[in-house]
Amino acid sequence: MTRTARRNRRPLQVAGAGAAALLALSACSSSDDSSSAKSDSSASASGSDKVSGDVTVFAAASLKESFEALGKQFEKEHPGTKVTFSFGGSDSLAASITGGAPADVFASASPKTMKIVTDAGDATGTPATFVRNELEIATLPGNPDKIASLKDLTKSGLKVVLCDKEVPCGGAAQKALDASKLKLAPVSYEQDVKAALTKVELKEADAAVVYKTDVHAAGDKVEGVEFPESADAINDYPITVLKDTKNAEAAKAFIALVRSAEGQKVLSEAGFLKP
Amino acid sequence: MIPSDKADAATDTLQGGPRRRRGRTGVGRGVPLPLLIPALLGLAFLVVPLIALLVRTPWHSLPEQLTSPDVWQALQLSLICATAATAVSLVLGVPLAWLLARVEFPGRGLVRALVTLPLVLPPVVGGVALLMALGRNGIVGQWLDSWFGITLPFTTAGVVVAEAFVAMPFLVISVEGTLRAADPRYEEAATTLGASRFTAFRRVTLPLIAPGIAAGAVLAWARALGEFGATITFAGNFPGRTQTMPLAVYLALQSDPEAAIALSLVLLAVSIAVLAGLRDRWMTAG
Repeated sequence: MTRTARRNRRPLQVAGAGAAALLALSACSSSDDSSSAKSDSSASASGSDKVSGDVTVFAAASLKESFEALGKQFEKEHPGTKVTFSFGGSDSLAASITGGAPADVFASASPKTMKIVTDAGDATGTPATFVRNELEIATLPGNPDKIASLKDLTKSGLKVVLCDKEVPCGGAAQKALDASKLKLAPVSYEQDVKAALTKVELKEADAAVVYKTDVHAAGDKVEGVEFPESADAINDYPITVLKDTKNAEAAKAFIALVRSAEGQKVLSEAGFLKP
Repeated sequence: MIPSDKADAATDTLQGGPRRRRGRTGVGRGVPLPLLIPALLGLAFLVVPLIALLVRTPWHSLPEQLTSPDVWQALQLSLICATAATAVSLVLGVPLAWLLARVEFPGRGLVRALVTLPLVLPPVVGGVALLMALGRNGIVGQWLDSWFGITLPFTTAGVVVAEAFVAMPFLVISVEGTLRAADPRYEEAATTLGASRFTAFRRVTLPLIAPGIAAGAVLAWARALGEFGATITFAGNFPGRTQTMPLAVYLALQSDPEAAIALSLVLLAVSIAVLAGLRDRWMTAG
């Protein structure tokens, strides 16, 4: 008896210490809350106050940084919630959703990939466009080849990489080139936008046509050059609550946060355009 | 015991290698179940996915998929590049295997570990490493560019380099194993009779280990044919220049899974045909 009692004492002490630490931590975070509460008031007003539980969000890879920031904010505004993300190519995310993957929210990088999900009857309501993404030319730092327009990419001797036509960024680049009747001979059609950007970051290619947000995320490893033809090939990003959601309230509240002024601020800081 | 065993082995070898006693390994004489069941499960594990591919093949649209010039272009490029990569692996890999098996030098174990490193490296990382070494700004590549005007990324030669990087370790390991199993006293006998070490290698060792070289070459060729990660990272993807079959399959998968299945079927059929053909001629001896 005495033995077991003694054995039990230590875990109790540990648990006590842990509880104290937790209290201290939560005190910290709640003080954080109160300091940021003023700026968040617009977002929390649009969401329900009784939101709790887990939310699983499937989102296009280009949304990673902004959505992670928004997820943290959401958890702070609605204590007791937990946001889990799965980032990936929109087409493969769409395939897993139609294949039965458990998710509450889907944010895709193109209406085409969203259509796969809506056609399969896996979405509720009509998807809403929450941001748009524009193409930009990524050049080497300092732009040594003096690229100023889309036409400059057709100069001979310049190594340009594009996304493959099958992926959204490649389709958009082709649309912009067709609209301005330019013939571009790239050295490679890359499998996704990050691969195209990497070729410029490693200085193997002189330029790539990628999204504005990718140029932004690459920091000073590449230099962005805007071109007017990109207006012909702007990608809409739709977001929707999924049919099989187990937490529709929280899913709706998350989408409300993304579309709120606060959410839009985070997204436009990452280089996205307003819808 | 041990000396007499050794003597036995020596006479065995001198009489033309240890003979396998074939009569006793017949099937049906009580194969133990603890071996048979996992063996059959293993076979099923390897074969069922391939059968699934066959079952789901869009047979009706297959002729149309296969006659498209893009497919032939990619297949042709794949075969040429895999064969060239195997040739590169043979020229560089056989001497490397000989060095590892026959010459004592400090740090041999470390060198052997380095040689097998590409086997465990994710191929995409291998591709990035190749870019850093042989790319336009690579530590070797920048000199290739400024002295000879050679840039490897985004060229067919780049595909061969990427495939050889991934496939050569298979050949080196296979040839080294055969060399270690081969009796070095044939070479020693040749040198005592006045042959130089190189002549002994050429006239005695090479014929002796030919089956091992062939088996290693087939392995390397098969690995090169299916290479994806290092190729797309180092050489990029351009139809007719660097787009091999695995790259074409991957990109087709994004938009048209049926076309991807048809393409993989072609790759599968070609590799089975080549491997089966070679097996009869070469690999039974290995």
